[in-house]
Amino acid sequence: MSEFAFQILLTLDATLRLATPLIFCALAGLFSERSGIIDISLEGKLLGSAFAAGAVASVTGSVYMGLLAAVGVSISMSLVHGFACITHRGNQIISGLAVNILASGLTVTLGIALFQRGGQTPTLGPNERFQPIELPFADALAQAPLLGPVYDELVSGHKLLVYLAFIAVPLAALVLTRTRFGLRLRAVGESPEAVDSAGVSVPWLRYRAVIVAGILCGIAGAYLSTAHGAGFIREMSAGKGYIALAAMIFGKWRPWSALFACLLFGFLEAASSRLIGVEFPIIGEAPTNLMLVLPYIMTVVLLAGFFGRAEAPSALGTPYVKEH
Amino acid sequence: MSSVPPLPRWADVGLLPIINLVIALLVSGLVVLAVGENPLRAIDIMLQGAFLYEGSLGYTLYYTTNFIFTGLAVSVAFHALLFNIGGEGQAYIGGLGAGLVCLALDAVLPGLVLIPLAIVAAAAFGAGWALAPAWLQAYRGSHVVITTIMFNFIAAGVMVSLLAGPLIKPGQSSPTSRRFSENAQIPDMQEILGAVGIEIARSPLNLSFVLAIAACVFVWLLIWHTRFGYAVRTLGHSPQAAAYAGIRIPRTIIAAMAVSGGLAGLMAVNEVLGVQHRLLLNFTAGYGFTGIAVSLMGRNHPIGIVLASLLFGALYQGGSELDLEFQTITRDMLLVIQGLIILFSGALAYMLNPPLARLIASLAHRPREAPA
Repeated sequence: MSEFAFQILLTLDATLRLATPLIFCALAGLFSERSGIIDISLEGKLLGSAFAAGAVASVTGSVYMGLLAAVGVSISMSLVHGFACITHRGNQIISGLAVNILASGLTVTLGIALFQRGGQTPTLGPNERFQPIELPFADALAQAPLLGPVYDELVSGHKLLVYLAFIAVPLAALVLTRTRFGLRLRAVGESPEAVDSAGVSVPWLRYRAVIVAGILCGIAGAYLSTAHGAGFIREMSAGKGYIALAAMIFGKWRPWSALFACLLFGFLEAASSRLIGVEFPIIGEAPTNLMLVLPYIMTVVLLAGFFGRAEAPSALGTPYVKEH
Repeated sequence: MSSVPPLPRWADVGLLPIINLVIALLVSGLVVLAVGENPLRAIDIMLQGAFLYEGSLGYTLYYTTNFIFTGLAVSVAFHALLFNIGGEGQAYIGGLGAGLVCLALDAVLPGLVLIPLAIVAAAAFGAGWALAPAWLQAYRGSHVVITTIMFNFIAAGVMVSLLAGPLIKPGQSSPTSRRFSENAQIPDMQEILGAVGIEIARSPLNLSFVLAIAACVFVWLLIWHTRFGYAVRTLGHSPQAAAYAGIRIPRTIIAAMAVSGGLAGLMAVNEVLGVQHRLLLNFTAGYGFTGIAVSLMGRNHPIGIVLASLLFGALYQGGSELDLEFQTITRDMLLVIQGLIILFSGALAYMLNPPLARLIASLAHRPREAPA
């Protein structure tokens, strides 16, 4: 296998790892927004749950306790957002922003109080992190031509949560299109009056949607600090929540298209980190800084309606006032 | 809901915001308590750090200057019911405008020409950065919130590319531009007041503060005393009414966003021309986002915005004292306070409206009912 092909394989491998938190967060945003609740607090939930996972895994010594804590913290942040937007019909953008800023401040403040390491958690040991899973026959097949290395390098050897992300996408699609909950959830994002007049509670449906979003963001946060990294560091979400938001919009609020967008954005990040300082003919040094903002530029261009049209759920952002 | 009496105006404008602020501060106090420190001592240190220590008032007013600009920026867009969360990026690019003028011309132009030119460039670049999201909102219906978020990240990417590339000071590795020459620097308040015989302590407070106050007057005149302001407020109250009244909606959206972006760009005047005297990464330091809190607290009115900016200026300056005095509380506590203020004064602003209205109504009715 040529060196070039091997490099491509490694980049694709990194793409899967970098896309995983984006996939969970984009699905989270999808559930929330299809129910009519704008969720710019993906970033804050990601950060908050990454801290919870890192801190609890470090204290208890168990990676699964960390995951549980991450999901718990993320759900409670979702509930704050829901309390403001669903119960009190507050502005959903303002509420999301509050959650994000709170997460930035609280993670570091609590981190310093708990661990005295400037906001970081201690480096996690092997039992406190997710370990790579070697799929069966990976070693044996590695020598096989072409597909061997692909199976060994690309498909095998990821952490549990990476595989979970790729299972979550069809699952989410199934829930949204085939279950009573999913159908009602989508209806409440398009026409809450209709759902209400059918005797289904709009607030309770929306609360369940933001709770699902909380669970998914929690898994993404746990992935950041206990699978991808080895502990929490301050501002570790680093805008990934917003990239996921962009991916969800880029995917037109649909699970499979969102997955594609996450993989694309993940690939851009993976490629740009490999291309730092690499010289190309004609264009010179690779514009890695610009590659990193390409997801945002592409999302804006898509929103402008220049290729395809991204239609948001029609009741998105509008609080529902029950008629009397 | 119809049983709730309307809240009197004085309570809506004066009492409710204060109650919300107090709740936010109380919850912040609980966080301080939770990390094992004394909230009262923290407040004491913050107050002293913000107002009493030598030079502290100057620092407080320097932060206030930033918040006035970004707060006004958010408020102007908000009057047209547009949520501009791109103040951070607009200020960043505004700084690029001011910086480019200074780097290009500081060897040839005198300060009296150069500085106004740089200020205009800051506003123009800031406004320009708001134009694309504004145009997309006006003509393509793309949500301005999402596009301004994206433009914040794009601005950061552009600035990193430029400062690490063409604008980097030759012969160094950290991504900053060269220092501007003396004539491109906005004079400190200390120098100006010193010239007329008033001695004040050294601080980053500079003449930009006066520009910020002038911007407040400008916004007040623009929004409440011009045709354009009327169009903006009509659009904000009811797009249908605005359309029916013959107001050209797309044009009003674009103009309001341009003014908003220009005001955000002016924040860079304080930071780049007044304090740093060069271009560097992340000089906006979240001030653009804080502008949202400032505008919410100040109820989108220039007077309210000045008061809220003063509060946040004091929090920022007082907060930096926390670093020195406490083991466990750092500047990050400011973000907690800020997040709680946005939550209680913004997202949950009307949570206490019905109970407060009932309380006031029952207090107001009791004396009248008593004689009967």
